[in-house]
Amino acid sequence: MSAVTAEHVDHHDDHDHGPAKGLLRWVITTNHKDIGTLYLVFALAMFFVGGIMAMIIRAELFEPGLQFVQPQFFNSMTTMHALVMVFGAVMPAFVGLANWMIPMMIGAPDMALPRMNNMSFWLLVSGVLLLASTLFMEGGSPAAGWTLYPPLVLQTGNALPFAVFSVHLLGISSIMGAINIIATIFNMRAPGMTLMKMPLFVWTWLITGFLLIAIMPVFAGAVTMLLTDKFFGTSFFDAAGGGDPILYQHIFWFFGHPEVYVMILPTFGVASTIIPVFARKPLFGYSSMVYATASIAFLSFIVWAHHMFTVGMPVAGELYFMYATMLIAIPTGVKVFNWTATMWKGSLTFETPMLFSIAFVVLFTMGGFTGLMMSIAPSDFQYHDTYFIVAHFHYTLVPASVFILMAAGYYWLPKWTGHMYNEKIGQLHFWLSAVSVNILFFPQHFLGLAGMPRRIPDYAVQFADWNMISSIGGFIFGASQLLFLYIVIDTIRGGTGEKVTDEVWEDAHKHGLEWTLPSPPPYHTFTTPPTVIPTEHI
Amino acid sequence: MSTNVAYYIPHKATWPVIATAGLVTMLAGFANYLNGSSIGPTLMVVGLVIFIVMLAGWFTLQSGESESGMYNTQVGISYRMGMMWFIFSEIMFFAVFFGTLYYTRNLSVPWLGGEGTGAATKELLWPTFEATWPTNGPKGLGVDASGARTFGAEFEPMGAWGLPFLNTLILLTSGVTCTWAHHGLLAKNRDQLIKGLIATVALGFTFVAFQAFEYHEAYTEMGLTLGSGIYGSTFFMLTGFHGFHVCIGAIILSVVLFRSTRGHFKPENHFAFEAAAWYWHFVDVVWLGLFVFVYLM
Repeated sequence: MSAVTAEHVDHHDDHDHGPAKGLLRWVITTNHKDIGTLYLVFALAMFFVGGIMAMIIRAELFEPGLQFVQPQFFNSMTTMHALVMVFGAVMPAFVGLANWMIPMMIGAPDMALPRMNNMSFWLLVSGVLLLASTLFMEGGSPAAGWTLYPPLVLQTGNALPFAVFSVHLLGISSIMGAINIIATIFNMRAPGMTLMKMPLFVWTWLITGFLLIAIMPVFAGAVTMLLTDKFFGTSFFDAAGGGDPILYQHIFWFFGHPEVYVMILPTFGVASTIIPVFARKPLFGYSSMVYATASIAFLSFIVWAHHMFTVGMPVAGELYFMYATMLIAIPTGVKVFNWTATMWKGSLTFETPMLFSIAFVVLFTMGGFTGLMMSIAPSDFQYHDTYFIVAHFHYTLVPASVFILMAAGYYWLPKWTGHMYNEKIGQLHFWLSAVSVNILFFPQHFLGLAGMPRRIPDYAVQFADWNMISSIGGFIFGASQLLFLYIVIDTIRGGTGEKVTDEVWEDAHKHGLEWTLPSPPPYHTFTTPPTVIPTEHI
Repeated sequence: MSTNVAYYIPHKATWPVIATAGLVTMLAGFANYLNGSSIGPTLMVVGLVIFIVMLAGWFTLQSGESESGMYNTQVGISYRMGMMWFIFSEIMFFAVFFGTLYYTRNLSVPWLGGEGTGAATKELLWPTFEATWPTNGPKGLGVDASGARTFGAEFEPMGAWGLPFLNTLILLTSGVTCTWAHHGLLAKNRDQLIKGLIATVALGFTFVAFQAFEYHEAYTEMGLTLGSGIYGSTFFMLTGFHGFHVCIGAIILSVVLFRSTRGHFKPENHFAFEAAAWYWHFVDVVWLGLFVFVYLM
């Protein structure tokens, strides 16, 4: 990694540099730190909104039979929980981190296209609000699952056009955000910050940005065809007119598979940034990490139909998608090996960010292995659309993406705010989360293998015990997250009262430019490009 | 990578929020309209007005900043990268509909006709269906004059060598005039720049007018509508989105033309012209794809 010479940091020229006064500051800001904060706060809010939906689902599934909600509303909840968590919480949280950290990590003054950056955020808010408004509409919000498969989704009531346009807005927002990140990384790096010196977080976002620009228009096209099939008489997904509903699934998953990597690649990046700091070693296998990320991104475009093994594809298709999918285990294995090797013989300490990161390595690997199980087409006929897949993707999203987002919060909050968080409560938050997340999702493997289908509000009595245990885990996990909310607010308001140093974590300045800047960094980090001095870590 | 000059960072932007408000109002209005709510059209008009005002305001701001020399080389590169990646996203958007055409013609329609493992399904569900292209499906979908769904309908597919071929020539010519205008700009020949742009914009709108005429023919004479099964769906979706993009391109070029008459752009600084030209060539290439895969084959 590298360091910057400090003389540039506090240098100001004579533009008007302060933020606008009052609330308007947040509406018209073009500052990457302000916009990063907006993204992160919005994502945290949506994390709790989506979380409440998850609590409703787990409450309904606590016992067999219908207890609290109608089946239609239950299906609305599974659909909206997914859409809110994917498009409202996880993706925006990583865009928020990208906004805050990428300019500081590469020695740039701000994002390359600051006005568009502002527009990306407000389009995101509008898209999510449009989606949320469907909860109060005649016919309820979309209930066909987040994949919005026709013909079922075409039975949606008034919500359908709102959901479609919400996808359009979220798509435009993501594309603008991704273009901005790519232009920033390619065009705004400080002299000396060559591509192969960039922190892994920057690398993973560069590749994620490419994925986003390639796939969001595809999703937009798919939902546009849903709209015209419903309202303008087209028959893209209607066999009577020569179309095919399975075509929608192909298009959706051409978007959907890279989409899940949009959520996991930046996760890898943050983990690769945090683990070396607390292992007090350089990242093991930096360049192999870069190539593995690129390989995973490439493979993500050619494996989509493994989501559709039971749809009735030709056998050649089944075999191709099976083998191609298995290939993903190789670059992913490289990554897991590298994280482990980074920790090997390191001087490990276990502050909260490191705890979350280690839990990520272990639990994500488990989620990866269940993925490998399902990549085997004949086996997948048993697992398909059961709670096994629910357990699988929640392992790759909750104790992976969400845990790493928590880790990132603990890791960078002191830098952002200049205050230290309460380590004791942080550790409590970690242990409660790590234990309860397994109580929540591990039993779902058993439920799925035993044949319990997903997206059904009721179930046969033989599934009762594991469902109750899973729900109890869910309630503990949900409640534990309030600790995180408390810690974030407390840290912003002063935390432990301890003034943090610039590097915050021991020797962190060897690992990233951001730790050579003041805590909190000035409103404008650089006004002229800093000089990057290579240091011993990479 | 950066060089050692001061950065340019714009502050306190109001247009992005206004743009968002305009877009959301328009889309919420459209959704309401589709649901049969009376407030829909009003909202759409309000949103459109906000959006147009925003475009005028934001363009004026940007071109003023550009002409006053506020943008250094680094900003220029950011803008160019932004435009290139935006065009890449547009390519992916069109790829969806080309992919749909490919999938239906080569896979799903033959399957409906009994190919592969579909023989028994065809015998049971659509025994009389013959998988040929163009098709409006086993049920022969169509719409009557009142817009109601009909079955067993007949339609005439769009030929390639009449208006579509003329339109191909028009768009190719407009690509040439656009490049001619660019040469004028580079040679500081303002007259050539303006004439070239006028020709390009005029050819662009002529294309759109011919396309509108073709649609009118299709709907009134040929029984070919959006509701004519998968052929009508893919035909109108592909050509419709393309025509929409020609309109956007022509509007961008009109703004560039207007700025050219005001003396904007220098040989070494004319990002807006370049972006418009790139976009125009992109629209041109998409049309060539359409001409081959939708009209010819």
